[in-house]
Amino acid sequence: MIPIDIIQKTAEMLMEKAAIEIPEDYLSGLKRAAKDEDGDLSSFVLEAMLENYEAAKQDRSAMCGDTGTPRWYVKMGNNARIEGGPIALEGALRSATASATKTVPLRPNRVHPLWRTDYDNNVGIGAPEIEYGFEPEGEWIDLITVHKGGLFGTDYRMLFPSDGIEGIKRFYLDSLVAFGKRGLACQPAIIGIGLGGSKDACMVLGKRAACLRIVGDQNPDPKIANLEEEFKELGNSIGMGAMGFVGKSMVIDCNIEVGFCHTGGMQMSVHAFCLSSRRAVARIFPNGEVVYRTDPKWYTPYQRRETVDWQESPEWQSHAG
Amino acid sequence: MAKPRRVTLSTNPKKEELTELRLGDVVYLDGTIYTAREGVYKRALEEKANFPVDLPHRSAANFHCSPAASMNSDGSFNLGSVTATASFRFSKWIGQWLSQSGAKLIIGKGGMSAEDYKKHFVPNGAIYLTTVGYGTGALLGRGVEKVSGVYWHSELGLAQAMWVIDVKQMGPFMVESDLLGNSLFERENRKIAEGIGKLYEGTKPATLKRYGETDNRSDELI
Repeated sequence: MIPIDIIQKTAEMLMEKAAIEIPEDYLSGLKRAAKDEDGDLSSFVLEAMLENYEAAKQDRSAMCGDTGTPRWYVKMGNNARIEGGPIALEGALRSATASATKTVPLRPNRVHPLWRTDYDNNVGIGAPEIEYGFEPEGEWIDLITVHKGGLFGTDYRMLFPSDGIEGIKRFYLDSLVAFGKRGLACQPAIIGIGLGGSKDACMVLGKRAACLRIVGDQNPDPKIANLEEEFKELGNSIGMGAMGFVGKSMVIDCNIEVGFCHTGGMQMSVHAFCLSSRRAVARIFPNGEVVYRTDPKWYTPYQRRETVDWQESPEWQSHAG
Repeated sequence: MAKPRRVTLSTNPKKEELTELRLGDVVYLDGTIYTAREGVYKRALEEKANFPVDLPHRSAANFHCSPAASMNSDGSFNLGSVTATASFRFSKWIGQWLSQSGAKLIIGKGGMSAEDYKKHFVPNGAIYLTTVGYGTGALLGRGVEKVSGVYWHSELGLAQAMWVIDVKQMGPFMVESDLLGNSLFERENRKIAEGIGKLYEGTKPATLKRYGETDNRSDELI
C-alpha cells in the first residue's frame, strides 16, 4: 500500500522542482543550440536563458513568471495499491497543486473561462488535469507533473492520406513559422507532433510527444525516427531563432507519436514545449521510498502496443515497408 | 558577432533618453513599474474607475505581466519570478491607456504591431520594451527591490491586480519599438521572410482548406 501522505508531499516537491529546475536533457540541448547559434540577437537571448536557469536554481525562484497550467500524469504498475484509493490520490494531487502555488510561489493562472473566477491556487473545474497510464508489472506509482504554457504554439489540422508526408511537412512549417514570429512559441522548443487518432486523441498524442519524451529520445519505429530527425533539421533551417529573431535555433528536438485513425484521414497536431520545459517525475514505492527523475519514461512497448497482445520488443520492420 | 548595446533607463524617462535608444538595445530599469493588463484596462477605461496610484508621476512604465506571487496572512507578498504576457491582445485599449496614464514605456512579450506604434505610441511619445527569452523570470525577479502595493486584488484576483513594484537594474529588456514607431520584430520578420519560400518547395496546400487561410508566410497571426 502506497502511503497517501507521501504521495502528497512528493507531489508538492515535484511542483517546486518542475517550476525551478530545468531538466538536464533540455539544458544540454539548449547549450548545444547556443554554441551553434550565430544570429547576434538570438545568441544574446540564449545566453540570457542559460543565465536565467542558474538564477532560478540559486534563488529557488520559478524559471519563468508564467508558470503555465500545471497538470498531472499518473502511471501505475498493475499491482500498485494506494492508501485511500483513486479518490484520495486525486485529492492529494489537487491539494499539492494548491499548496505549491502558494509556497513556491507559482502564478495562479487558472480561471473560469467565462467568469474569470480565480481561486489563486491553480485548482478549479477540470484543473489540474489528471491523466492515467498503466504498466503490466510493478507495485509503484509514477507521478509526473508538467507545467506547459497555455497560449501559443499548438495547432491541429485534419489532413488526408492524399496530403502525404509533404502535407505533414507543410503544416509543421506553418505552425513553426506562424507561432515562431516574435517568439510566441517561446522557442527553441521541444516540438511534439501527433499523427492519427481522432481530433482529441491526436492532440493528446502531440502534447505527450512534446512533454513526456526527452531531448535525444527516438521513436522506436525507425522510419518515424528518421522523420523526427528530418523535421528537427527542417525547423532549424527556417532562418528563425529565439524570439523570432534571425537565427537557426528553433527546435531542440522533434518527437512524433502516432495512433491508429479513420481509414480516410491523417489527423495532425503540433505542440511546442517552451524554453522552460517544466517537467518533474517521481516514482513512489509501497515502502515509502521516493526516487526523483526528469525523464517521464511514459512511452513503453505497452503504451505503444499495436495489437490485442503486446510484445516487450516489437518488430517494427514488419509493417514499416 | 556584435553584442547588443546595454543601457540603463529610468521608469520615468526623459524624451532625450528615449530618442537615443536603438532597436535591439538591451535595457535595465531603475525606478518603479506597475502591472496592468486586460483586467486593469477594462476597469480603468471601460468602468472608468480612478487609477489607484498617481500615474504617470509614480511610474510611466506599464508591464504586461502577472508575477508568480502569493499573499501572506499578514498582508505582505511573496514575490518570485516575473514574466511578461503577450501584448498584442491589448491593442484595443492601448491608445486610450497611453494618453490617460501617460505611460512612456510599455513592457511585455512579443511587441505590438507597427500600426499600433505609429497610431498610438508615436503621438504619446512612448516606446515598447520586450522581455527576453521569454522566460527570464528569475533574472527579472532579481531586479525587484520591493512590492510597494497591490491594488484591485479583490476585484481582479492576484494575476490581474495592479502590482506596483520598486526595481533596481531590472532586466534584461530589449528595445522593440523606437520613437518613430519602427519595430524590431517586423524588421527581423522581413529578413526571415526572404528565405521561407524555398522551404515550402515541393509542398502543396492541404486538401481541406480553412476559412481565412493565408498562403503568404510574411503575414502574421497577431
